[in-house]
Amino acid sequence: MAATITRTVDARGSFCPGPLMELIRAIKESEVGDTIAVWSADKGSKTDIPKWIEKAGHTLVSLESKDGYDEIVVTKAR
Amino acid sequence: MQRVVVLGGGVGGTLTANLVARKLKRLIARGEAKVTVIDATGQHAYQPGYMYIAMGTERAEKLQRPEKSLLDANVDLVVDTIMRIDPAGSLVELASGEKMHFDQLVIATGSRILPETIKDFETEAYHFYTAAASARLRKALDAFNGGKIVIGIAGIPYKCPPAPLEVAFLIEAELRARGLREKTQLTFLSPINRAFTIESVSEMATPIFEEKGIDLQLLAGVDSIDAGRKVVITDAMEEYPYDLLICVPPHKGAQVVIDSGLAPKSGWLPTDRHTLQVKHLVASNTPDAEIPRYPNIYALGDTTDLPLSKAGSTAHFEAPIVAERVSARVMGREPEGRDASYTGKVMCFFEVGDGKGTLLQFDYENPPKPPKPNQLWHMGKIVFNKTYWHTVPRGRV
Repeated sequence: MAATITRTVDARGSFCPGPLMELIRAIKESEVGDTIAVWSADKGSKTDIPKWIEKAGHTLVSLESKDGYDEIVVTKAR
Repeated sequence: MQRVVVLGGGVGGTLTANLVARKLKRLIARGEAKVTVIDATGQHAYQPGYMYIAMGTERAEKLQRPEKSLLDANVDLVVDTIMRIDPAGSLVELASGEKMHFDQLVIATGSRILPETIKDFETEAYHFYTAAASARLRKALDAFNGGKIVIGIAGIPYKCPPAPLEVAFLIEAELRARGLREKTQLTFLSPINRAFTIESVSEMATPIFEEKGIDLQLLAGVDSIDAGRKVVITDAMEEYPYDLLICVPPHKGAQVVIDSGLAPKSGWLPTDRHTLQVKHLVASNTPDAEIPRYPNIYALGDTTDLPLSKAGSTAHFEAPIVAERVSARVMGREPEGRDASYTGKVMCFFEVGDGKGTLLQFDYENPPKPPKPNQLWHMGKIVFNKTYWHTVPRGRV
């Protein structure tokens, strides 16, 4: 079953490493179990953000290319 | 009377005011234009020098001069705190109660550090973003006899992006000279997935970390400090023990631009990348072309949200564009020449230790191609720092 997105971080106007920094801020403000979607038009995000998610021990739910941006969905695991 | 008001007496504000005063010299002489700088302290600090206090090669008193001494004779200086900017009413409100009208406004209110937002930062961590903090770091380095040094960054963006890397390289060289290198473990925590935000600079710097035996950890932005256990905790919840912690504190733009409804909570002012006009604050997903620009309000330096280094160099290269555009509006003409539009030009030196440095020169379209570090660029940085007072604020370079 697809996770329900608790919060969406629209970082499409932001350049590397802005989207990663905005996701980190959102994770910090969320509860364990919350699912956050980050939208980024920066090419580096789809490699850097999943690496950070893995390192931080959270769960990567999905990574999808949309119209001109990527949507990365993550669940806060700890 | 056309009134040009410049908020902030740092590199960007001072140079812009001087260049505008030069362009409007005749109008000012006839009483048809006036240029005023408003600054909270009336003192101009050369912030890039602070790091060298920690390295033991600079003194605080050499890094500050009265703002008035750097301004063109045709620029007025008001020493006061800016309480509110009212773009609709074309007014700036000051702590003294004065309401100053502007026809053209230049916002150069810079960035500020917020070490107090991380618990125990001010007692546990050292930094080099003020003269006093840098002197405190020098004392800690003098007292250091070996152990674990961790150098980290608590949030991006921050002033002078190369500075923490430079500090790591310079401290490593110092420890070698003092015979303490074998007794010291040096760790550098990069908040992103490489050593530096710009890829080409990262490619230059990463082998230097390896050569110097500095442990480079990626995706390790500083989140908090556990003073009791002497560990720094990253935003990925990893822990690094330290004996000496050096950390770039969190940064924000000026409170007054947030309180005036011009900037979001971060304080970085939405700014047009070419005209340097301030943009209206709108939802982040609004296409850039659809965001209205204030026709008579400009921003430069650390104040802006542009994807560029927060450094005096950025302000230095932006100031001629703001000055040309402001002067053109006062004179009722179109901006002209090479200063009509900003290309994103930034140029700064980068120390790697052992008396060597390199140069980062780039713009929006061209990333830097740093030359192999050598003694020339290190000397270039030293000469630039020493001659700053006579060159940059006066528009001589």
